[in-house]
Amino acid sequence: METETIIKTVFILAVVVLAFAPIITWVERKQSAVMQDRIGANRADIAGITILGLLHPLADVLKLIAKEDVVPHGANRFMHLLAPVIAAVPAIIAYAVIPFGGSYQYGDETVNLVVADIDWGVLYIFAIGSIAAYGTVIAGWASNNNWSLLGSLRASAQMISYEVTMGLSLVGILMVFQTLSMFEMGLAQDGTFRLLGFLEAFGWVDDIGWLGALRVPTWGIFLQPLGFVMFLACAMAENKRAPFDCPEAESELVAGYHMEYSGMRFGLFYMSEFIEIVVISGLMAAIFLGGWTIPYLPQETIIGAITPVFGEYFATSICMILHVGLFFLKVIVMIYIQMAMRWSLPRFRYDQIMDLCWKILLPLSIANVLVTGGVMLLIGSLT
Amino acid sequence: MTAAIVFYACAGLAVVSALSMVLNVRNTVASAMSLVVTMIALAGIFLVLDAFLIAAFQIMVYAGAIVVLFVFVVMLLNLRHDAFAPSRQIALKLVGGLLGIYALFALAPLLAQHLPEGAPRPEGFGGYRLVGRTLYTDFVLPFEVAAFLLLGAMVGAVVMAKRRLD
Repeated sequence: METETIIKTVFILAVVVLAFAPIITWVERKQSAVMQDRIGANRADIAGITILGLLHPLADVLKLIAKEDVVPHGANRFMHLLAPVIAAVPAIIAYAVIPFGGSYQYGDETVNLVVADIDWGVLYIFAIGSIAAYGTVIAGWASNNNWSLLGSLRASAQMISYEVTMGLSLVGILMVFQTLSMFEMGLAQDGTFRLLGFLEAFGWVDDIGWLGALRVPTWGIFLQPLGFVMFLACAMAENKRAPFDCPEAESELVAGYHMEYSGMRFGLFYMSEFIEIVVISGLMAAIFLGGWTIPYLPQETIIGAITPVFGEYFATSICMILHVGLFFLKVIVMIYIQMAMRWSLPRFRYDQIMDLCWKILLPLSIANVLVTGGVMLLIGSLT
Repeated sequence: MTAAIVFYACAGLAVVSALSMVLNVRNTVASAMSLVVTMIALAGIFLVLDAFLIAAFQIMVYAGAIVVLFVFVVMLLNLRHDAFAPSRQIALKLVGGLLGIYALFALAPLLAQHLPEGAPRPEGFGGYRLVGRTLYTDFVLPFEVAAFLLLGAMVGAVVMAKRRLD
């Protein structure tokens, strides 16, 4: 493995696992506090310094590591110990195919800011996501507890159902970009299209004239708005967070599938949930929000504009830093949307979750595929 | 060289986990989980063969969806241990063992042979583009027939479930 890959891997692990995930645990507590008119976590301190409660993640981890790791009596010990690992690993390795920056030319060297640019990146994400279901299923089964078992039954049904819809909701965007590689999707989103160009393509208007100046970035969210909403709903259901948190509904199932876990093994479930939020946000940013691209400012324009001042080497580096920063800004926006939804919506009933999946989202996603195909046939191309 | 290492690792894992699946008759969930490991190992072998699409589907469909349904049903039925008591399985074991021995003898001559060199692989072999194009142009009729078969099975399952409810 060459050095470049190792650097990229370490960078993405440091950002996602060591920076984003712990801070989101703090954001979750603080935002719920704000939305419920409380103060929220602010007590953990080192020598009197609290930094708005940002030391709480550190205190949480120390506490979880110090706690006793209990395996309940009569439980399947091996499976019980294995389940949190199965839950956490897919969440961590999913970021391998999500690009966090574009392609940069340094002389003869090309730097692609994605750990593994594989041709079937989206399929990789789905394959990894389908394995994640076992973590919860095995956790509930191996705990020898009825509440846990009920929780994992709900989780497995919910995750299988929403996997189907999640796949179909992305088919439209795959058709538009004609690729399964997330890196190529990012490259395809670094441009604009005429918002009203379809009037010409359909033959309703001969020439749209000055309205042709109304251009919109070729981002997934503008090309597939319905796909964006459906994918967000399915991804949140896959992550089993409110309003889809039936598998761990505390008023019915105590804590659902991870009820019998303590110490760092509970911590792994907790952490994988937050890493999954970052993964979902990264996916949404890369597929629907243009990835690393800056709207209306293609990469060549930026580098071309700065090169006379700083020279090509620094211009490329500045562009790279801007792109990576913007990508993570988009990730933060998506995280915020998920957090706001989590603290504003009440939990759905189990039958409502299933109805939403099979009776609303599934037909809608199939209709989306049909309409996308028809429109693409008529228009031909975007510009 | 790397391919050989990955192949032998995956093949060994597949054999061990398949044995674990068959031998774990008393613990159905452990048996199902062994099946998952077998599927993942098979996906690894497909990766070595450059069949990326098949590898992804092997994990998504078999490991991810079908076995989750197995586990779901097993947990829902809550099968007791004596449901798989050894006494009921002597005849089955005998038949299975004989079939296994027969397969071993049938395959043994093949092991001695050297496999012929494969034909050069076309550009994009195993990727979704080539597989999709082949599936929807050359094999569109078998594809549609299979789709109708599955649709029929699905409708049949719904009808049978509904009759039970009424």
